[in-house]
Amino acid sequence: MIAVIDYDTGNLCSLGNAISRLGADYIITDDINTIRAASKVILPGVGEASTAMQKLRDKGLDRVVGELTAPVLGICIGLQLMCSWSEEGDTGCLGIFPNRVLRLRPSAQFIESGKGNLKIPHMGWNRIDSLKTNLFKNIESGTYQYFVHSYAPEIAENERYAIAVTEHGDSFASALNLRNFYGTQFHPEKSGAQGELIIKNFLEL
Amino acid sequence: MVAKRIIPCLDVRDGSTVKGINFNDITRVGDPVSMGIRYSEQGADELVYLDISATREGRSTFLNLVTQIASNINIPFTVGGGISTIEHAADLLKAGADKISVNSAAVKSPSLISEIASKYGSQYIVVAIDAKFDGEKWEVMTHGGTKSGGRELFDWVNEVQMRGVGEILLTSMNHDGTKEGYPVELFRELSSILTVPIIASGGAGSASHIADVLTEGRADAALAASVFHYGTIKIADLKRELFNQGIDIRL
Repeated sequence: MIAVIDYDTGNLCSLGNAISRLGADYIITDDINTIRAASKVILPGVGEASTAMQKLRDKGLDRVVGELTAPVLGICIGLQLMCSWSEEGDTGCLGIFPNRVLRLRPSAQFIESGKGNLKIPHMGWNRIDSLKTNLFKNIESGTYQYFVHSYAPEIAENERYAIAVTEHGDSFASALNLRNFYGTQFHPEKSGAQGELIIKNFLEL
Repeated sequence: MVAKRIIPCLDVRDGSTVKGINFNDITRVGDPVSMGIRYSEQGADELVYLDISATREGRSTFLNLVTQIASNINIPFTVGGGISTIEHAADLLKAGADKISVNSAAVKSPSLISEIASKYGSQYIVVAIDAKFDGEKWEVMTHGGTKSGGRELFDWVNEVQMRGVGEILLTSMNHDGTKEGYPVELFRELSSILTVPIIASGGAGSASHIADVLTEGRADAALAASVFHYGTIKIADLKRELFNQGIDIRL
C-alpha cells in the first residue's frame, strides 16, 4: 500500500488522481503505524515551510519520516522539509538531506544578463538536468516539469545528493536522493506524461 | 529558464463550454473535460476555466465539473468566475483546482487576496484584472468590464503583489476582441516593476502578437480563447513557431 502523508497542507487531489491514473492504490493518512507499514510513502505539501514543519511535529510525524525504510518521496514543501533548515520562517527541518532551503535569488550573471526582474514565485514549466538514479529512468535530461515555489534546496559545495538541477535566476537542486529518500521540488503529478512516468518510476523502486 | 506558457481559456456555462471549437474528433462537443484533455495533448501549458453561469444551479454544476477536470487532466488548471469568499475558494480547492482567479471581489475587498494567500498559499491565487485606457491612465474595471473599480492599474497591481498574489492575469479592454495584438509597452512596463509572473490576455489575432508580448512585453504567459477554439491558431503550431524564434517554450 502507498501511504500519502496527510498533515493538513493543501490539496492532495491531484497527487491522488495521478496515482489512480497509474492504476495504483493509495491511502491518505496521518496514522503512524499505517505509514510505517506502507511499501511506499509520499510526503506532499504546499504552503509555508515553518507552518508545515510545525504541523508535522504536532502529529508526531517528524520523528517517523526519517526512520522509514521504504522508499519515500517528498514533493515541493515535502522535499524542503526533508532538508536541514529552511530560510522560509527560519525553521529547522527533518535533516534527512544536509542541504539548506534558500529563497530563490538572481545570480550576478542573471542580473548582468538584463533579462529583467527574477519572477517569484518560480511558476511554470522548467527543465530538469543532470538526472541521476532510477527515479528518472527513461526520462531525458532537459525534460520540462511544473514548478510553483519561492524557496528551493541549495546546491552545496561538493554536492552529493542532488539528482536533478534546474535554473531560475541561479541553479538549485530540483531533486535530491539519499538511500531510500527522494524528493522533487517540482510537481510530477501536474507535469503531464513525463511527470506521471516519474511517479511510476518511484512506485517501481 | 522557466518556459513561457501558452494558456487556453474555456468559458463554461451550466457545465458546458460555451465557445465552439474545431476539434472534429471530439464526440461530445462542448464537453469541458474532453476539450481540456485535447488542449493538454496539443501542448497547452495550463488551462483556465471560467464559470459564466448566472444561476446557483449552474455554479454547483461547475463545482462538480472541477472534480472531473482534476481527475482527468494532468497539467495545472485555474478556475475563476464569481469567486467572492474564502469558503468558495476552499470548496474549489477541495474539488481539485490548482489555482483560483479572483477579479471584481478582490477590487471590492482587497483583504480577500491576503486571506486566501495566507491560508492556501500564494500559488493558489491569481488576480485577474480588466483594465481600460481612458486617454490618460489605465483604469481598473469590474463586473466583466461594465463598472469602474475606482482604482488606477499601477496602484492596483502594486497592492495585489504586496498582498501576496501568486500571479496577475491582465486583460486590456481596449485590445480584447480586436485580434490586433496586445499592448506590449504596458506589459513591458508592468514587468519591470513587478516580481510576480504576468499573464497577458486579450487581443491575440496571430502567433506574432503572442511572440511580441512574450519577448518585447516580457509577459510570462499568454492566454487566449477564441483563436484557439476556432482553430485560427493551433497550439502545437504556435509553440513550434515561438520555439523556432528562440523563445523558451516547452515542446
